[in-house]
Amino acid sequence: MSTHAAVAPIDHHNDPTTSTGIPNKKLLMWLFLASDCMFFGCLISTHLIYRLHPPPDNPIAKNVFSIELTSFSTFILLMSSLMMALAVNAIQKGNLKSMRWSLLTTIFFGCIFLGCQVYEFRNFVYEKHMTISNSILGSTFFTLTGTHGLHVLIGVIWLTGMLIYSFTGRLSERNAIDVESMGLYWHFVDIVWIVIFTAVYLLEYL
Amino acid sequence: MDALVKPHFLTKEETTHAKPVERWHPTAKTGLMSWLTTVDHKRIGFLYGITALIFLVVGGLEALMIRIQLAVPNNTFLSSQQYNEMFTMHATTMIFLVVMPLGAAFFNFIMPLQIGARDVAFPRLNAFSFWTFVVGAIIINLGWFLKDGAPDAGWFGYAPLTTKLYSPSHAIDMWVMGLQLLGVASIAAALNFIATIINLRAPGMTMMRLPVFTWMTLVTSFLIILSFPAITIALVEIMMDRLFNTNFFEVSHGGMPILWQHLFWVFGHPEVYILILPAMGIISEILPTFARKPLFGYPIVVFSGASIGFLGFGVWSHHMFTTGLGTIATAAFSLMTMAIAVPTGVKIFNWIGTLWGGHLTMRTPMMFALGFVWMFMLGGFSGVMHSAAPADFQQHGSYFVVAHFHYVLIGGSLFALLSGVHYWFPLIFGRMANEFWGKVSFWVIFVGFNVTFFPMHFLGLNGMPRRTFTYDGNMGWNDGNMICTVGAFVLGIGLAIYMGVMLQAYYRGPRVTKDPWDARTLEWSLPTPPPEYNYRVIPTVHARDGWWYEKHHSAEIAAEKAEHAKSEDAHGGIHMPFQSIWPFCASCGILIGAIGVSVIDADPGPGLIGKKLAITLLGGLVMVVSIFLWALEGSEGYHLHLEPEEGADNPKSASASHH
Repeated sequence: MSTHAAVAPIDHHNDPTTSTGIPNKKLLMWLFLASDCMFFGCLISTHLIYRLHPPPDNPIAKNVFSIELTSFSTFILLMSSLMMALAVNAIQKGNLKSMRWSLLTTIFFGCIFLGCQVYEFRNFVYEKHMTISNSILGSTFFTLTGTHGLHVLIGVIWLTGMLIYSFTGRLSERNAIDVESMGLYWHFVDIVWIVIFTAVYLLEYL
Repeated sequence: MDALVKPHFLTKEETTHAKPVERWHPTAKTGLMSWLTTVDHKRIGFLYGITALIFLVVGGLEALMIRIQLAVPNNTFLSSQQYNEMFTMHATTMIFLVVMPLGAAFFNFIMPLQIGARDVAFPRLNAFSFWTFVVGAIIINLGWFLKDGAPDAGWFGYAPLTTKLYSPSHAIDMWVMGLQLLGVASIAAALNFIATIINLRAPGMTMMRLPVFTWMTLVTSFLIILSFPAITIALVEIMMDRLFNTNFFEVSHGGMPILWQHLFWVFGHPEVYILILPAMGIISEILPTFARKPLFGYPIVVFSGASIGFLGFGVWSHHMFTTGLGTIATAAFSLMTMAIAVPTGVKIFNWIGTLWGGHLTMRTPMMFALGFVWMFMLGGFSGVMHSAAPADFQQHGSYFVVAHFHYVLIGGSLFALLSGVHYWFPLIFGRMANEFWGKVSFWVIFVGFNVTFFPMHFLGLNGMPRRTFTYDGNMGWNDGNMICTVGAFVLGIGLAIYMGVMLQAYYRGPRVTKDPWDARTLEWSLPTPPPEYNYRVIPTVHARDGWWYEKHHSAEIAAEKAEHAKSEDAHGGIHMPFQSIWPFCASCGILIGAIGVSVIDADPGPGLIGKKLAITLLGGLVMVVSIFLWALEGSEGYHLHLEPEEGADNPKSASASHH
């Protein structure tokens, strides 16, 4: 992009080089998220359909899940969204130092969530004897939450890459859109988790 | 560091000095490297087109072998296994490797030109889409060269036929993997096209001034990003079943194969519109040009296209009437299917309205376009017949259905795409195709097509089932099948003539410089072939048929252009993206990983890094590293400063400067 706009304060909500004023990267991310909604929609539907038609040997979800642990990791993931929002705000004000701390906390919270998920998976397989192949609940549960976990993992790698990149001296307020679109992705992954937490876990305790 | 924290106070000079970015960028303009590293939407469009035409030959040969086998009863030209492979690969090839990429070729080449843009919004992502498409095509076709054989479970891949129990060989693994990759490629490309159409329109190009082809690109792209996830998840589930013994379609553990059908057709029906809407867009460009009238009822045509796309998500179960959905669901899907015929019919009447009272010029593209309107209408009629569930119960799984979808896919999509190739050929290559032989190819294709597929209506109503490799001589199907096979060869000869005309035009066709059809939309304002940067000056659009307006207000437009050229040059000249090798490398990584997943035998024990896991991880590593290098490379580019004289479109007079 041309440099002639660098002198004036940067307007982060209006990009004069596009027809709509929406930055291209933000638009692309929103469109990708629309597509990703359909991916998760299909997986969640699969889980819910099989929940309505359980075979006789299906494990009882309530006996397998540990709602306390999952509630904790859900809370942590939601807090990471707060930190992500602070990081975007910081870079839009050109405050690199603040952005780094917020990013680091986001990564830390993301890792706690992943750690909880690894613990949960091991617990289900070795203690509760629900594997991906021995029941339909195991198949849909591990595939759905595993796909979500993969999204979180990609997000953590992306965040870490951005954090390292911020030390090269090439990240500035002008690149705020890169952090912002990463933030959109991260918030989306959190929102999807709220749906999964409701549809997969909470539904069993109604 | 301090200065970076407060960039408000940076001056222009300081920003440029603070970033001594001198990276290596590929610069080849000719030769193999130039094609592997290209980010030019026109070159990528050309690559899509060539690949699609090569696969048209492959899929056509598969079709001819099917027809030879069925020419006479109890034929032994193909074994039942070979026949299964043929019809599976014929359908998969024609849908995913011919019609979709040929559409994508036009999206790439024509759409940015029609909206007055210099490239798509994300040029390197566009290159990645193409290379990933090639990887998917390779994976799907790999089986022909391996002992596992080609995929043989039909293009619909119904579970549990595709589960390990019934299809133990890697052929299905390759089909599953290949289709997922084609999905990734299509979604990435579609995201790019939507961003381009929404954000890169030239000044004055409002949404209701977009050429209809661009509108249909937009609608099709939305269909792609919203429907491909459904098949991708279905494929992921079958892949999990095959690789990790999950139970999605495993009946003994409570899996329900009907789920596959729902997920597949939630994708499969929008896919039908993904194939036909670009065709409708092309026709809506060609008819006005050769009728020498603006498109009749432009807003209605656009809204019809959008509502077809919208309704297309609500009709998938009409592929599943015979599975026993229940009365309410059957009635609902039946009504929705009839409803979708309304906007389609509206479009046909608008095309007729465009022709009405026009000065029709019967050039080759116009012949194909008129052929499209007629033949697509016939396919539409049999489609409405299917929407009535009781009738569909009789027609389901018979040759009547085969006749129907070949009328909409060949008589519809392919006729329009062939028409588009003829229409835009002078723009793309700067040469004209031979008019006489072009018309000969049209008539041979037209006759061959009808002789092949019209008898199939009767064969189907007489009870001949689809997907059976042979039949007995006493069923009364002998004559019909023989006629179909003769027709198929005529159609094959017609397509061969068509390809010959194109090759002859490419090498020997008379040269044209600009706007040979006296057309209406902006892409024809460019010299043929268009220069790398497309527009010397980004055009300002004053009317719906932008180029038509320019032609009739030349003095006003020339003054406006000169002024814009000055201001654009003052702002740094024409911005061009750097070429990049990383999208190609990322796709190579995907190829290695996909071979690991779908071709290599499973490793002996868990916890052991065997050949399969090693190759898959290697591919993943290559992909991730390439994507990182791609991201670090940044989206910078260079600027071109062209000589200001009129007609100085020769790139040799351009001077390039890095920034």
